[in-house]
Amino acid sequence: MIRDITIGQYYSVDSTIHRLDPRVKILGTLAYMISLFTFRDFAGYAVAVLFFALVLALSKVPFSYAARGLKPIFILMAFTAFLNLFWTDGTVFFRVGALAVTWEGLYKMIYISLRLILLVLGSSLMTLTTTPNQLTDGLERIFGPLKVFRVPVHEMAMMMSIALRFIPILIEETNRIMKAQTARGADFESGNLLQRLRNMLPLLIPLFVSAIRRATDLALAMDARCYHGGAGRTKMYPLRYRVNDFVAYGCLVAYIVILRAVVWVCPW
Amino acid sequence: MSLQLKNVSFYYESGGERKQALRNLSLEIGSNELIGLVGQTGSGKSTLLQLLNGLERPWEGRVLLDGRDVAAKDFSRKELCGRVGLVFQYPEHQLFGATVVEDVQFGPRNLGWEPLEVELSAFQALKDVGIGEDLLDVSPLALSGGQKRRVALAGVLAMKPEYLILDEPMAGLDPAGRREVFQMLLKLHRERNMSILFVSHSMEDVAEYAERVIVMHQGKVVLDGAARQIFRFEKELEQIGLRVPQTARFMHRLRDDGFPLKEECITPQEAVECILRQRGKSVR
Repeated sequence: MIRDITIGQYYSVDSTIHRLDPRVKILGTLAYMISLFTFRDFAGYAVAVLFFALVLALSKVPFSYAARGLKPIFILMAFTAFLNLFWTDGTVFFRVGALAVTWEGLYKMIYISLRLILLVLGSSLMTLTTTPNQLTDGLERIFGPLKVFRVPVHEMAMMMSIALRFIPILIEETNRIMKAQTARGADFESGNLLQRLRNMLPLLIPLFVSAIRRATDLALAMDARCYHGGAGRTKMYPLRYRVNDFVAYGCLVAYIVILRAVVWVCPW
Repeated sequence: MSLQLKNVSFYYESGGERKQALRNLSLEIGSNELIGLVGQTGSGKSTLLQLLNGLERPWEGRVLLDGRDVAAKDFSRKELCGRVGLVFQYPEHQLFGATVVEDVQFGPRNLGWEPLEVELSAFQALKDVGIGEDLLDVSPLALSGGQKRRVALAGVLAMKPEYLILDEPMAGLDPAGRREVFQMLLKLHRERNMSILFVSHSMEDVAEYAERVIVMHQGKVVLDGAARQIFRFEKELEQIGLRVPQTARFMHRLRDDGFPLKEECITPQEAVECILRQRGKSVR
């Protein structure tokens, strides 16, 4: 059954990285991801890997845990690597039947795989060290200025945190309904694709009914506490930059400067 | 004819931790019994129910239906589903059919019965739970809370189980609804010789309806016997976070104060009769 799925993969320890303002982590991750697209040299990757290793060490998240994020994209990575390896023009390195491996292909495969791995590791490090609520808080503040253009930033952040809050509840509900229908002889595991989809109905319909019921209850409960959107609303723990956050921004700038310098100096 | 657990142990694993839910538990449910299962939250009741219906498999020990191991290769899950009906808490949350009849037919159809048989058993089940013909083609979602509960019960009854297992069948119902559900269960028990096991947190309901009471604590059966005998153990039950019915408590206090009582009374009706008899007055 689906009880093994974990969403919201926050790794709960206390570390320098965990304590950073979520805005630093969001913007930092974004900058890091963009920086990965600005070079193709291995010297650059050395700097990027080193930076990631430093942040990972500071975050106290075990590498094996962070690497779990790679599992779901493994197939995508293998596929891209395969395509790059065989379908890049250049000097032929060796042949397997009709397929030719070129030096350029090999090189491209390695740096694109590295780039993908670092992209995934970098973003999962953010979700591992930031609770979903902090993330939405951070996003709300980052996009705050858009309110001027009448973008409902607060409402979108609220929807996001409610959606996140509901995921574990709905997973539990799914398990419960699945068991109840299994007790009535339902079969969720055999048959062809079409049959299986049909067999899902006794699970999906009650699940939707229950989601709507819960949503209605929540809306009523929010209304009963006079929720009226973002206007004039204050926070119990407002986000405020501390010294560490400025230091972190400084480190980020230092990383980019070093990266550019290394890429500029080393030609490979 | 019996449903048996033999030296069953069960664990839950989460995040590398293993928690024991049932500890070397043995239990036999005969035919035509009416059993109340009580125990604190986390005592293993729900796990026990799921083992009886084959939703979970024991880590150690065996589950036997008429002496046959339900884990055996020649024992199909569907046969077990059909013969041991399991009704979850808030069963109305599982309703999905476009109409009431269609939903009730889901179970028997899954068992692979003939269409006519499916239809007949669905109608019979709906009649048993007291859903009138005017409601058969209504969407189950349009019904009232009590009606939904009864339709959901019919969904399991339509599979004609020999053993009916219910997890808090009265939760969230008003007093009238509770009484209705219980009267219905009693009728099934008496007229169809169905063996019924229900979980309840209301000792009053257990005292009123159950013939046999099973008390669970920390994954073990700690008391098992006739309701009247079980509720003598007021102290022991309190130690594991349970209590005896109000009436039994009242009668125990009376006896402690020197009121001469011979019998154990667990329902208000019995208590009244008992006291009147004691006073030499005739019972109406």
